[in-house]
Amino acid sequence: MPIKISPLDNLPANKKAVVVALLSSDNERRRNLDLGIVPGTNIKMLFESPNKNPKAYLIRGTVLALRNEDANKILIKANRDDS
Amino acid sequence: MTLREGDIFLTMMKNKLSKIINLCYKSSKSSSASKNAPQKTVAFAGNPNVGKSSIFNRLTGLKQHTGNWPGKTVANARGEFYYKNKKFTLVDLPGTYSLLASSVEEGIARDFICFGNSDVVVIIVDSTCLERNLNLVLQIKEVAANTVICVNILDEAKRKGIHIDLDELAAQIDAPVVGTSASTGEGIKKLIEKIHDVSFDAQKYNKIKINYPDYIEDAIKRLKPLVEQSAKGKIDPRWLSLKLLDLESDKSLHHSLNTYLGFDILTNKNIANELHKIKNHLMSLGINEENLKDKVVSSIIKKAETIYNKCVKLDKEDYNSRDRKLDQILTSKLTGIPIMIALLFFIFWLTMVGANYPSELIANGLFYIQDQLTILFNNAGAPSWLHGILVLGIYRTAAWVVSVMLPPMAIFFPLFTILEDLGYLPRVAFNLDNYFRKANAHGKQALTMCMGFGCNACGVIGCRIIDSPRERLIATITNNFVPCNGRFPTLIAIITMFFSGLVAKEYTPLFSTILLTMTILIGIFATFLVSKILSKTILKGIHSSFTLELPPYRKPQIGKVIVRSIFDRTLFVLGRAVLVSAPAGFMIWLISNLKIGDLSILHYCTNFLDPFARLFGLDGVILMAFILGFPANEIVLPIIIMSYLCTGNLTDISSLDGLKVLLISHGWTYTTAICTMLFSLMHFPCGTTLLTIKKETNSAKWTFISFLIPTITGFVVCFALNLIINIVLFLR
Repeated sequence: MPIKISPLDNLPANKKAVVVALLSSDNERRRNLDLGIVPGTNIKMLFESPNKNPKAYLIRGTVLALRNEDANKILIKANRDDS
Repeated sequence: MTLREGDIFLTMMKNKLSKIINLCYKSSKSSSASKNAPQKTVAFAGNPNVGKSSIFNRLTGLKQHTGNWPGKTVANARGEFYYKNKKFTLVDLPGTYSLLASSVEEGIARDFICFGNSDVVVIIVDSTCLERNLNLVLQIKEVAANTVICVNILDEAKRKGIHIDLDELAAQIDAPVVGTSASTGEGIKKLIEKIHDVSFDAQKYNKIKINYPDYIEDAIKRLKPLVEQSAKGKIDPRWLSLKLLDLESDKSLHHSLNTYLGFDILTNKNIANELHKIKNHLMSLGINEENLKDKVVSSIIKKAETIYNKCVKLDKEDYNSRDRKLDQILTSKLTGIPIMIALLFFIFWLTMVGANYPSELIANGLFYIQDQLTILFNNAGAPSWLHGILVLGIYRTAAWVVSVMLPPMAIFFPLFTILEDLGYLPRVAFNLDNYFRKANAHGKQALTMCMGFGCNACGVIGCRIIDSPRERLIATITNNFVPCNGRFPTLIAIITMFFSGLVAKEYTPLFSTILLTMTILIGIFATFLVSKILSKTILKGIHSSFTLELPPYRKPQIGKVIVRSIFDRTLFVLGRAVLVSAPAGFMIWLISNLKIGDLSILHYCTNFLDPFARLFGLDGVILMAFILGFPANEIVLPIIIMSYLCTGNLTDISSLDGLKVLLISHGWTYTTAICTMLFSLMHFPCGTTLLTIKKETNSAKWTFISFLIPTITGFVVCFALNLIINIVLFLR
């Protein structure tokens, strides 16, 4: 089965995934890297804000809010241990 | 300068109002210090919101503002302590996630750690999210051998079943590790010992070496001897070699490096040649600067992950489940925003209900003293002008400021601080971000607005937490739409006088609170609207990326909060207000008693302004009060009262009822009251705020625009409202 790659903002609540690639550049990319978002990082979608944008994700033990536009530039694949 | 309110006010008071205090302060400092004691400089670094300021305060005895949200410290604060007869100067750096500087505050932290020549770097980490914190630890440890790792908030980690093997961590990082709980003071003594030991016994610890991919290691190997020759031991050669690989694109680091070295290292021919060759080689491997940077960061993060897995054991995987449950309530679609407004409402309600009675009590007390003073002056045979200036001018204005301001502030500040300590404010930013995004502004603007409730000058400094200059300017210009503590009591007083009587007595507090909440919401709405207009006009652009950490909830230390907010904030703000009100009272008395012909100067001024002010539902006195209140908004209402008193004979003004009679006798209507409230909400920022804006933006143009925009908004809104009300009244 081919591995399905999708943008992070499509990840449903309480689902886990692994970062595959970052599409952002410059400062935004650096900011992502600083927060530990690199290929291989596990991410779990936690909850949405009242307007569904931004959403909160669990990244390396920290809860981070990302806007959907920004999460869209982070590509993920489904986590294998996630059933 | 720091973001902390207490500190800012301290600075303001020192600069502006009391040089004497400054002198005493300095002399006591130098006398208590033994001048020849050995001195060490200690840098305090860490991620945002790890309790760095709490530890800093514990060590130095300073009272900097703390709170549970990222970004409170945005510049270096200094303090000192003595241990074993040695002096340690502490520098509290802004919280940063890394040293790869993508923002101003990160640049400040990086420069100090890399080029500040500190003897020790203390890295504070949050034990409840150690993994992310380790990224910064490793980056610092790459350049600084002498570090002490302070694993903070250990009590919280224990409660959550997070077990950290501190010895293993120390071995992994090659630095002493101390576990602390800043809230209880646990571990602080040991931390001091370790800072001392590392400072005076420096050879024991090494820098950490992170293993980068081979092509990066090769590049470092080739550059290192050249760098050693050129930088002559001023900077770690391995670190600098690594940085050289992308120095051209890192303007901020390049600039700092040039300043530190005294020359541009990229102009060194050997280095430039080698660098050129390396880059060509990397290009041939298909590696550009971006890949390179990614690899560097990934290597550090992977190392952090490895260390984390070795040192940390969790009792259960979802140790934050309680937080998630709270988040579900506080940020959900159904309840998020209603709870936010309800909380705001509840705080206002407590403030209004609680402030009412003490306000009257204080006023009675202070005006009793005024009567006694008058008797004293009369008995002493003092001339009436002296009594006028001192008692009727200075004392009376100051008394008004105290009685109107003290009770609401003493209630509002602690309540707000509790929310801040709890970690609720970032959730507010999370809930509201969508509106800021639609206005093409930044979600963290909500945090700067929260600071604005305390003081707009602080709110403006707080705008530094927003990276994008465009969005920072928007937040700066619109910050004034949040009423600061100087305007807040004015709003409460007007509402209490004019509107609370409109409903049956038992509903009065509820009704007043609704009105106050609505007023604040109008201000928030104006913020969104003006932000949007700015984004479409003079600050054209679309929103930048947005990341906001939602920190774990922490139990607020209620007792400490109350003491801290009353003594550090309330009394400070009040002291400033009283100091400003004294000269204002003097001036008002003077111009209302100096007569040209039959009329006082005050009369001439207010008569001159009156026709213009009437267009906006105000009157000459009110407008003049706002103009005279430019140094501090606290004195606007007292000036209005003073001006009316100088022209009338009413004496019973010790209660708000008496005040209302005074205002009505000078032609106040509901329209006047509403327009005064709206104008108070939307007019030029006070002098301190404007000075701060000038300092922060470094631009006269943006300072002027920050002056103009809220003022125009206020005039437009008041004009429109006044016109509508008049038309409706006319048609009726």
